Amino acid sequence: MNHKRITLLCGHYGSGKTNIAVNLALMLSRTNDNVAIADLDIVNPYFRTKDSAEELKAAGVRLIVSEYASTNLDIPALPAEMYSLTDDKSMTAVIDVGGDDRGALALGRIVPAIIEENNYEMLLVVNKFRPLTKDAASAVEVMKEIETASGIKFTGIVNNSNLGEETTAADVLGSLSYAEEISDITGLTVAFTSVKNSLYGELKGKIDNLFPLTLQRKIK
Amino acid sequence: MASKVLMKGNEAIAEAAIVAGCRHYFGYPITPQTEVAAYMAKKMPKIGGCFLQAESEIAAINMVYGVSSTGHRVMTSSSSPGISLKGEGLSYLAGADLPALVVNVQRGGPGLGGIQPSQSDYFQATKGAAHGDFHMLVLAPASVQEMADLTVKGFDLADKYRMTAMILADGTMGQMMEPVSLEYDIAPPPEKPWATTGTNMQREHNIVNSLYLAPEALERENFKRYERYKYIEENEAMYEEYMTDDAEIFVVAFGIAARVAKNAINDARNRGIKAGLIRPITLWPFPKAPFVKAESQAKAVISVELSMGQMIEDVKLALDCKVPVTLCNRSGGMIPSPEQVLKAIVDADNGGAK
Repeated sequence: MNHKRITLLCGHYGSGKTNIAVNLALMLSRTNDNVAIADLDIVNPYFRTKDSAEELKAAGVRLIVSEYASTNLDIPALPAEMYSLTDDKSMTAVIDVGGDDRGALALGRIVPAIIEENNYEMLLVVNKFRPLTKDAASAVEVMKEIETASGIKFTGIVNNSNLGEETTAADVLGSLSYAEEISDITGLTVAFTSVKNSLYGELKGKIDNLFPLTLQRKIK
Repeated sequence: MASKVLMKGNEAIAEAAIVAGCRHYFGYPITPQTEVAAYMAKKMPKIGGCFLQAESEIAAINMVYGVSSTGHRVMTSSSSPGISLKGEGLSYLAGADLPALVVNVQRGGPGLGGIQPSQSDYFQATKGAAHGDFHMLVLAPASVQEMADLTVKGFDLADKYRMTAMILADGTMGQMMEPVSLEYDIAPPPEKPWATTGTNMQREHNIVNSLYLAPEALERENFKRYERYKYIEENEAMYEEYMTDDAEIFVVAFGIAARVAKNAINDARNRGIKAGLIRPITLWPFPKAPFVKAESQAKAVISVELSMGQMIEDVKLALDCKVPVTLCNRSGGMIPSPEQVLKAIVDADNGGAK
């Protein structure tokens, strides 16, 4: 995968943005020195990039996150450090944007600088097993709402279709046509398909640009 | 096989309510239940339903009162501090015998507390939601699938008994994502001849009211209501038993605590300790039947709770205090670990905690 300096991950809430962002940052840290992950989720205080702080720190990934994240303070605050994402041009950045159009609103402050530099990818994370993005039309609707709120256009799609722990290879293979349909409607290419680690071996070679995810955490 | 979707517990409640025919939702955002409202806001306008963000929790519960009076299925949802605000309305719903579905995705308290999961509204839900003699049906889901199933069940029970059914979940249940099937055979709601739907000059007008100034009349209403409650206690209690056939150590837990307890029971069984679980699914009515077996078999009973010990009082009552009951708990938004529960089981098996 050929990466731009900034990768923005947006989508419907619960589509798997945070998980993909963490995995992507860890992968980039293997080939880049100055990697940062920014958690700009002002919507949901429950699942945060900060939950993976130890793994990220061990890999040398800088974590840019509101000091209130993962505390019990339910405050929609953005970190002041977020300006380094656009100021420090030597940085490779992954930005985890909050869910839906409301979450994407937080991007507005740095969008002009991102567009001016023009070295970014903005990826729409989709999951066909989420009821509100279950078909291509509803996924495209969410996409347009995010573009309107953030003032920036998508450049690609991440197919993260999954049923959690119960996901089978057949579920993922069955979702490819869904991602293709979104691609046809929007003209955006499918940047990659993400799958949980345990399915990677089975699906490798069957899907272009397959990206394995080490799941962040699970609740029994 | 039914097709599955991946949902948060909060979304499963919202979608199941829609499937059950609910077209009226009134609420006010609060973590960790906000996705119920967010889902309704997206979905209701598309299906001809009504989503309304009220100016407060108090306004929302009174809108529920209004719609329920007209015979339609209606719901509201909140989290602990917001449920306290709804208290007055819950009492009025009971006093007017109106059906409603109310969801409490609990967070730590007291006060504004925190946003992490808790079960410390057990007393409030089962015994003292507000003033006056009344009960609510209280359903405690332990999976995203049950969040949906018990929502459908809750609407049915609420209509059947003209009561509020409360889904008593917690932040974990609301936020966690699991595959869920939402295919139900929905029975049509019962006739509601009491509803204020307009007389068309064909019948006497109906009155929905909770004001009875004559004490004899008010007492009569309360006696009637409690006969209904007695019938419900005898007929509607729901529970799950896990490995209780030969159990000597009984763990009692609901919701997320029951999932943790199951893991601990599996570990205890691997060590040769005969442990089993009673999981109340209805908290009111509290299931008494499984405690008959516990009373005759148990060396000890452990109540596992995300509170300072609330359900434990019903556990002791159900056992007539004949078996020692200990508490294994965390509070304030913390969750007991399987290791903590396992230690409580081992201690109990060794003849009581130190």
